[in-house]
Amino acid sequence: MGFIRHSVRVVLWTELLSGMALTFRTMFKPRFTINYPYEKGPLSPRFRGEHALRRYPNGEERCIACKLCEAICPAQAITIEAEPREDGSRRTTRYDIDNNKCIYCGFCEEACPVDAIVEGPNFEYSAETREELMYDKEKLLANGERWETQLADRLAADAPYR
Amino acid sequence: METQIRNYTINFGPQHPSAHGVLRLVLEMDGEVIERADPHIGLLHRGTEKLIEYKSYLQAVPYFDRLDYVTPQNQEHAYALAVEKLLGIEVPLRGQYIRVLYAEIGRLLNHLFNICAFAMDVGAATPMLWGFEEREHLMEFCERVSGARMHMGYFRPGGVARDMPAGLADDIYAWSEKFPSAIDDTETLLTENRIFKQRTVDISPITAEQAFDLSFTGPNLRAAGVPWDLRKAQPYEIYDQLEFGIPVGTHGDCYDRYLVRILEMRESVKLLQQCLEKMPAGPVKVDDRKISPPSRSEMKDSMEALIHHFKLFSEGYRVPAGETYTAVEAPKGEFGVYLVSDGTNKPYRCKLRTPGFPFLQAVNFLCKGHMLADVVSVIGSLDIVFGEIDR
Repeated sequence: MGFIRHSVRVVLWTELLSGMALTFRTMFKPRFTINYPYEKGPLSPRFRGEHALRRYPNGEERCIACKLCEAICPAQAITIEAEPREDGSRRTTRYDIDNNKCIYCGFCEEACPVDAIVEGPNFEYSAETREELMYDKEKLLANGERWETQLADRLAADAPYR
Repeated sequence: METQIRNYTINFGPQHPSAHGVLRLVLEMDGEVIERADPHIGLLHRGTEKLIEYKSYLQAVPYFDRLDYVTPQNQEHAYALAVEKLLGIEVPLRGQYIRVLYAEIGRLLNHLFNICAFAMDVGAATPMLWGFEEREHLMEFCERVSGARMHMGYFRPGGVARDMPAGLADDIYAWSEKFPSAIDDTETLLTENRIFKQRTVDISPITAEQAFDLSFTGPNLRAAGVPWDLRKAQPYEIYDQLEFGIPVGTHGDCYDRYLVRILEMRESVKLLQQCLEKMPAGPVKVDDRKISPPSRSEMKDSMEALIHHFKLFSEGYRVPAGETYTAVEAPKGEFGVYLVSDGTNKPYRCKLRTPGFPFLQAVNFLCKGHMLADVVSVIGSLDIVFGEIDR
């Protein structure tokens, strides 16, 4: 019986034709792909993208130079230098992230006690040279300003789980 | 007149599209028949084991993602279990369920990728496109829970990083109900297809005895007819409370390895659904502030919690001196972590037992006497990923 079935399949090409029929039917299914630069896939509030340094609503920068992010960073991509500011508060004088080294593990965000350094929703920051990926404090604060509304929303959305 | 034919040596890879990464295979050919296959490794060596010795226990987690980058979570799982064994702690039940859930998602990710890449290696391009649609869904689940599509960094010693967000469990369940039909579609294209069978059936068969000698594990061993699965043989986490079967093959050839993976995906779907049905409420990581950091709201209100937070993210925790070998059934086979602790906050030694390495060692044995085109089938069916071999 198995031999007859096998012979029929070999002669009539049934398995090839059923495969082709399946491929043909798929043409009429709704497409799954998206037109990337114009359409983008969904991102969750936990997504770990480009870094940003946030400020308080009054404009004061959040980072207090506790250097926990520098300590926890497995790739040692963060470099911080700090000294007391004129008004006596402790702030960073240098906050560099080498995004060539960064592995986007999100530990810096988890370690930060004041929600200053965050990994934002932006994943479109590719560059043509390495130098462009060496982020300094200015660039990170600018990122923070640019993305602040979304960053605050994301942190609020994920707050019950953190 | 008689012509002398000399053996011919060719380089397969490291840039060959079917070499699955940076495999360099030096093939000694007799015409089109392979006399000897000599794999050269080390092109992706990053010194992971040595680097881990200089990282605290938490910092080592992302390194495990980057070993076998097709199934990051399963490697983290082995590491987390090893550290937990040394610490002598047990993860809360919900944490264990979430881990098993994501370990099975990792298995699906791996098998989908392997089957589709294997099919593409032997000439079928369509399964690749369909398989990546399903992988996209799975990676979205990974992204929603951990923040990264692939390198999750989600399984931590002591539990998982964060609880699953609301609604995710329902979405995974809805997907798992539709997924078997996607497996059926892939099977329609491949399982009986005569071209696929011609490329795989009776290519590099291996007996159970030979598979043991070559220290095969995982689907490649099961394809040779040995029902050996660490999830059953030495159950970790909650696998002993879940029902699933172990598919085994009979011939151990490329086709059986493919079939075993297809059947394992069906079993994984069952496991996913059982995990989601049985998942209890509760904490997801141990309630020990010396190991797992406090929640952020607690950290901002309580001085003690803040001290714990600072201590954990600067120095980390100390692990009692001792050594352990902990293995999990990663999708490719037995992934083991041999961890030696000297009582400090960093591992003294971390040896990784990756399943891909013995598979690559077997390439010479499996390819000898086969044709050049079969090398692609063998490599594809062995499921080799270079991140874990070169590590």
